[in-house]
Amino acid sequence: MAYMKDDQRKKLAVDVTRNSKGATKYILITISVLFVFFMLILPLFSVIVNSLKEGLGFYLEAISTEYVLAALGVTILATVITVIVNTFFGIVASWALTKFTFKGKQFIATLIDIPFSISPVIAGLAYIMTFGRSGWAKPVVDWINDMLGTDIKIVFAIPGVVLATIFVTFPFISRELIPVLNAQGTDEEEAAALMGAKGWTIFKRITFPHIKWALVYGVILCTARALGEFGAVNALSKTRGETFTLPLEIDALYLAGSADSITASFAVSSILVIIAVIVLILRNIFEHKSKANREV
Amino acid sequence: MYVELKDINKSYGDFQASKDVNMGIEKGSLVALLGPSGSGKTTILRMIAGLETPDSGDIIIDGVRVNDVAPSERGIGFVFQNYALFRYMTVEENIAFGLELKKMPKAKIKERVAELIELTSLKGFEKRYPNQLSGGQRQRVAFARALAPNPSLLLLDEPFAAIDAKVRQELRSWLREMIYKVGITSIFVTHDQDEAVEVADQIIVTNKGGIEQIGTPKEIYKTPETPFVSEFIGRSLLIEDYHKLKGFEKGEYKGAIIRPEFVEAFKSDNQVFSDVMDCSEEGVVTDILFRGNSLELKLEVNGIELTTFRSLERRSVKKGEKMRVIIYRLFAVDDDKAYLLENQELKAKDVKNRRLEAYLYSSDGYFVV
Repeated sequence: MAYMKDDQRKKLAVDVTRNSKGATKYILITISVLFVFFMLILPLFSVIVNSLKEGLGFYLEAISTEYVLAALGVTILATVITVIVNTFFGIVASWALTKFTFKGKQFIATLIDIPFSISPVIAGLAYIMTFGRSGWAKPVVDWINDMLGTDIKIVFAIPGVVLATIFVTFPFISRELIPVLNAQGTDEEEAAALMGAKGWTIFKRITFPHIKWALVYGVILCTARALGEFGAVNALSKTRGETFTLPLEIDALYLAGSADSITASFAVSSILVIIAVIVLILRNIFEHKSKANREV
Repeated sequence: MYVELKDINKSYGDFQASKDVNMGIEKGSLVALLGPSGSGKTTILRMIAGLETPDSGDIIIDGVRVNDVAPSERGIGFVFQNYALFRYMTVEENIAFGLELKKMPKAKIKERVAELIELTSLKGFEKRYPNQLSGGQRQRVAFARALAPNPSLLLLDEPFAAIDAKVRQELRSWLREMIYKVGITSIFVTHDQDEAVEVADQIIVTNKGGIEQIGTPKEIYKTPETPFVSEFIGRSLLIEDYHKLKGFEKGEYKGAIIRPEFVEAFKSDNQVFSDVMDCSEEGVVTDILFRGNSLELKLEVNGIELTTFRSLERRSVKKGEKMRVIIYRLFAVDDDKAYLLENQELKAKDVKNRRLEAYLYSSDGYFVV
């Protein structure tokens, strides 16, 4: 009997630890879910609800005004250029940082991360300081305009918006590619080179298949960030209907203060929310794919 | 000589990876570059391949100096340590890659790939990706890929390192067979002496960037020329006061290397050894280890610890038991040479009129119990 009791006691002890583990698990899950719900989901949901407050007709009207369409155009233009530039830059930088050894490699890797740690507003101001009226690069731009007979403006114009967006999103792609390229090593490239493959063939046949999904994932992240950028662009863009992006337009509508314009600003916001949800879904799909690939 | 290296030197910063390397490899031979890690064996292989450039010296393949010839133009096949298979290509695509680069017509590529799949018995795996293959299958793909463009020289960097011990044994004989079947001159790098002895017909022992000895596995084993080789090959023990052992006199040597198979231990009532009993001395068993197919005995003889193997078929021994010990021979070493010393007392006896050579190197076991 005593033996039985001992055994039962042991079993009980196991149950207790299991139960307390279970309790911890459920407490943590509850806290996380509540936090995410109140901090993220509810506010976003209220954006959608508010945008439809005046009815679908008002909603459609609000998102198709001249200003909003212009802002959408600028946003898409800036995003497309940004993604193209950063994709190119991201591949070049991550390739250089992972496949070669050189002095200052670590330093460059750190520099790439600057946009992560700096406030976007500062990025915007930095461009004003560089290309603005008293900026050091202003004479260069003027000289180019004189030479080519063009009238390129950077600050308070579309190029400034694009530059600011590029600055803010520029680590996204390379940061996705670097771990993948590092994990891959240089063996396969070396093997291909030994068989007589040249640079472009090696990239196309060996390296690219490796980074494909990570690149897609990086592009999605970069797109999402570029669409929503506010601070840096705000510093460089002052003309509604010309250089305003969607986030700036939303801000302008909201600040206008009338009940109608506030609802309109929610309507325009809902465009970004919908895009965000789509991006989130894509992100999940491609993150999964890129991970599955990394494990190969 | 099909492949020749003449006065090759190579440094990485302060580290000299190759020091005055001179070697030659005959056409059709299967050569092992054997040495501990950091001994410069892989550097030699990579220089022959063209993946590294020597600081000075000449590399000659088939009578042509190839120092300035691109790796892909040297007519070599290379099997990487971890095979470096293209993981986003199927087995077929892996093998075909080198042929496509050579702009071979599609029909011909197909033919050649099929041929290699057949040769390496990879039929049924053509459409698989490397991560869907076992270690042994991957090695076969790497082998097939290296052979596809019909190279005249095959280089293999630690070809068995990535495979678990059990399959390794099987693959050694497979690779050896395969290389003979294809008839290609091959050089492989290894740090595993068993592997070198089993697979190669010529061994080049490297140490500290230099070459210690070149010879057949038998020569390397029986007549090591340097202290390093005598110690590196086989399971060896360096003993300084070897002259305390019966049958050996002190010479101008630093010490001696004694391998387990040089030591015979028997019970004092063993009749087989009766005629050499006075050549033996007393040894005490200090430890017994079970080695699966034999026992490893540690014996203390005149204050010197010796190791020997004992067949499981012989009478059992106990720890602390007093046994009779004879050392057949040893390798005396000075700073850069090794010399074979035989047991003088045993030699003088020339027991049972056997020829000394047969007596010393009998593989059939003279002392059968």
